[in-house]
Amino acid sequence: MADTLSYLGVPLSRPRVAFFELTSCEGCQLQIFNNEASLLDFLSLVEIVNFREAMTEKSDDYEIAFIEGSISRRDEVEKLKKIRRQAKVLVALGSCACFGGVNRLRNRFHDLDWVKKEVYGDFPVDTAEVQPLEAQVPVDLKIYGCPIKKEEVERVISNLVLGKAVTPPEYPVCMECKAHENLCLYELGEPCLGPITRAGCDAWCPDNRRGCWGCRGPAEEANVKELEKIMRRYHFSREIIIDRLECFGGFAAYVDKLRAPGRHTHG
Amino acid sequence: MKQNVKVNIKPLTRVEGHGNIKISIKDGRLEEANWEVVETPRFFEALLVGKHYENVPYICGRICGICSISHTLASIRAVENAFGIVASRQTTMFRLLLKHMETMQSHILHLYFLVAPDFLGAGSVLPLTRTHPEEVQVALRLKRLANEACTLIGGRCLHPIRTVVGGFTMLPAKAELARLGRRLEEARSDLERAVELFTSFTMPDFVRETEFVSLKGDNTYPFIGGNLVSSDGVLKREDEYLAMTNEYCVEQSTAKWSRLSRPSFAVGALARFNNNHALLQPEAGRAAERLGLRPVCHNPFMNNIAQLVECLQVVEDSALIIDNLLASEWQEARQSVTPRRGRGVGVVEAPRGILYHYYAFDGKGRLEKADCVIPTSQNHANIQHDLQALAAHYAKAGRKDQDIELLAQMLVRAYDPCISCSVH
Ligand code: SF4
Ligand code: SF4
Ligand code: SF4
Repeated sequence: MADTLSYLGVPLSRPRVAFFELTSCEGCQLQIFNNEASLLDFLSLVEIVNFREAMTEKSDDYEIAFIEGSISRRDEVEKLKKIRRQAKVLVALGSCACFGGVNRLRNRFHDLDWVKKEVYGDFPVDTAEVQPLEAQVPVDLKIYGCPIKKEEVERVISNLVLGKAVTPPEYPVCMECKAHENLCLYELGEPCLGPITRAGCDAWCPDNRRGCWGCRGPAEEANVKELEKIMRRYHFSREIIIDRLECFGGFAAYVDKLRAPGRHTHG
Repeated sequence: MKQNVKVNIKPLTRVEGHGNIKISIKDGRLEEANWEVVETPRFFEALLVGKHYENVPYICGRICGICSISHTLASIRAVENAFGIVASRQTTMFRLLLKHMETMQSHILHLYFLVAPDFLGAGSVLPLTRTHPEEVQVALRLKRLANEACTLIGGRCLHPIRTVVGGFTMLPAKAELARLGRRLEEARSDLERAVELFTSFTMPDFVRETEFVSLKGDNTYPFIGGNLVSSDGVLKREDEYLAMTNEYCVEQSTAKWSRLSRPSFAVGALARFNNNHALLQPEAGRAAERLGLRPVCHNPFMNNIAQLVECLQVVEDSALIIDNLLASEWQEARQSVTPRRGRGVGVVEAPRGILYHYYAFDGKGRLEKADCVIPTSQNHANIQHDLQALAAHYAKAGRKDQDIELLAQMLVRAYDPCISCSVH
C-alpha cells in the first residue's frame, strides 16, 4: 500500500489502533472478537497496540482510538481528553459512546442523590450525569448500535485503511426491513421505531420479529410526529413511544419534548 | 533471605472491566494484598424503576456484554415468576440450549484468549496466532460455533433479540437446529484438543479452603432455576436468595461484596462442579478425571479446568436437548402475558457463577424495585482473601517479585471476573 495515502491524517499502512472503554458493558469490544471467520485477516490490517480486555502489552502511541462507553464520572473526562490529545482519529464505538446508551436512562430522574441511594444506600459513591463522548471532546467517527454490528466495524476500519470516506446510512431501518420483505410488526401488534431510526443494522430486530428500539439513534430526517401518528393509529400510548425512544439515548432530545417537564418521577 | 515485594497492577489486563491489584511484602511479611475495583457504576437497579416489564430484560442484558444471555434469561424468569407465568417445556428447552451456548462462548473466550497466554508465556492471544496457530484455530472454531448457535436461537450472539417474557419472538427452522446438532457432534474433536492442551498446563499448587455457592441440581447439572446450595450445608429456595447473598459495601470496591457462613464464598464453574459433580454427563465426567479435577476442589486456579469440563457438559447436554426438540411437535413460540402486581426472583448459573434478579411490579407491569446480584460481586471478597493467602504463601516459599506478580494476576483471571457487570 502506498505510504503517501492517508485518511483524516492517518498513514495508511497498518495504522496503530487502540481500544478503550469508559462506562459500558464491553459488549461492543467483544463484537470485534466475534467475527471469527475474518478475525485474523482483520488483525493483519491494523496493529492493535492497546486493548486492555484482551492483551497485557500496551502502548500510548496510536493513531486511531476506539472508545466504548459513556462518561459517568469526572475521572473519565480526563481519560477521554488524554486519548483525544493522542489520537488522530477518535471513534465512538456503540450507542453508549455515541448517545450515552442505556446508562443514560438514569438521567431521566434528574436526581443523582436518589439514584445513588437506590443502589448504595448511604454508602458514598462518586458519579455524575451520563454524557456521550461528544459532550466533552470532538468525535471524528461514530459507529452506532447496541451492540455495534461487527461487519460495520470491519468495514469502517478497512475504509479507514484504504482512505475511503466512511458514511453511515442516513435512511431509516424501514428501508432495510422492507427490502427483506418482512411482515411489518405493526401488523403483528408490536410497535417499532424502524420508521425513524438510522439504518445500517440491516433490520436486525424486525428480521427477528421484534420491533426496533432505536439503538442506532435518529435517521437523518427522523419524523417523530409521523411516528406518533402511526403509534396512535395502532393504539399505542405515549408512554410506550417514550419507553422505546429513551431506551438507548439516541432520541433524548425528542423525549424531552414529548415528556412534559417534571412529569417523570421515581416516587 | 527476607524478601521485599511490591506489586502494583493498575488496571489488570485480560479481564472484563477495571480492577487493580496491590501487594506489598516487607522482610518476608505480608503488609497488604488488595483487590480493588474502581469501575464506574451504572446504577441499573435505579434506572430500571418505572420501566415496562417488556423493556426490563432488554435493558438488563446490557449489564454485561459477555453474559448478556444469562442476564436476559434471569430477568425474564424473574418477570415470569412475578406474573405467575410458567414457561412451556419447549420454551424451557430452547432457553437452556441458548444458555448452554453462551456458557461455551464465554468459557472458550476466557480459556483461550485470557488464560492460555499466561501458560504459554504470551501477553495476549495475538502472538499465539504465530506460535500456536492450530490451537488458536480450535478456539476460533469453537467460539464461532457457540456464537452462531446463540444467533440461531437468540437472534444475535450477544444482547439477544428473540428472547422475550412468555417465550421467543420466533424459533429457528427445524433443519437449522438439526444442523446445529451435527456441528456440535463434530466439535467433540476440537474439545478433545482443548482437553489435551489444558492437560499440558500445570495449575499453580495453591489451596485455600472455601465455601462454594451454586444452584443445586436435582436430576441434571443445573443452569436455570431451582434451589440454592452452599458446600457448607446451607440450602435455600430460589426466592430466599437474600439469605445466600448478604451484600454489603466496602471502601476498596464500587462493587458490593457478599458473605455467607464464612467471611467470603466462591461462585462459578468450580462451585457448580463441587456442588453438582455427580450430575455431569459421562464424557464431561471423564474429562474432569483426566484433567485432575476432583471434588471438593479448593484450588481456585482449577476454576479454569472446571470451565473446560463444563464446555464438554454443555455440548453433550445440548445434543440431548436438540434430539428432544427435533422429536417433538412444536407449539407457539410465545405465550400471552398478563402483568399483575407482584414480586419475582429469577436465578440462573451465568458462566461466572450464580446470578440473581429480583423485581417488584405495579399492577400495570411497571417496575417498582429491582435487585441484581452478580456472580463476580459475590466472588470479590473471596478473591481478596485468596490474594492475601496467595501472596503470603508464595512470599514464604521465597518466590520472586515477577513470579508473585504473575501468580496474583493469574489468580484473579482464574475467577474470570466480569468487573463492569459486578458493579453495574
Ligand atoms: S452500546 Fe450497548 S453493547 Fe455497546 S457497550 Fe454500550 S451497552 Fe454494551
Ligand atoms: S417492522 Fe418496523 S422496520 Fe419493518 S417495516 Fe414495520 S415499522 Fe418499518
Ligand atoms: S432494528 Fe433498531 S434496535 Fe434493532 S439493531 Fe437495528 S437500530 Fe438497533
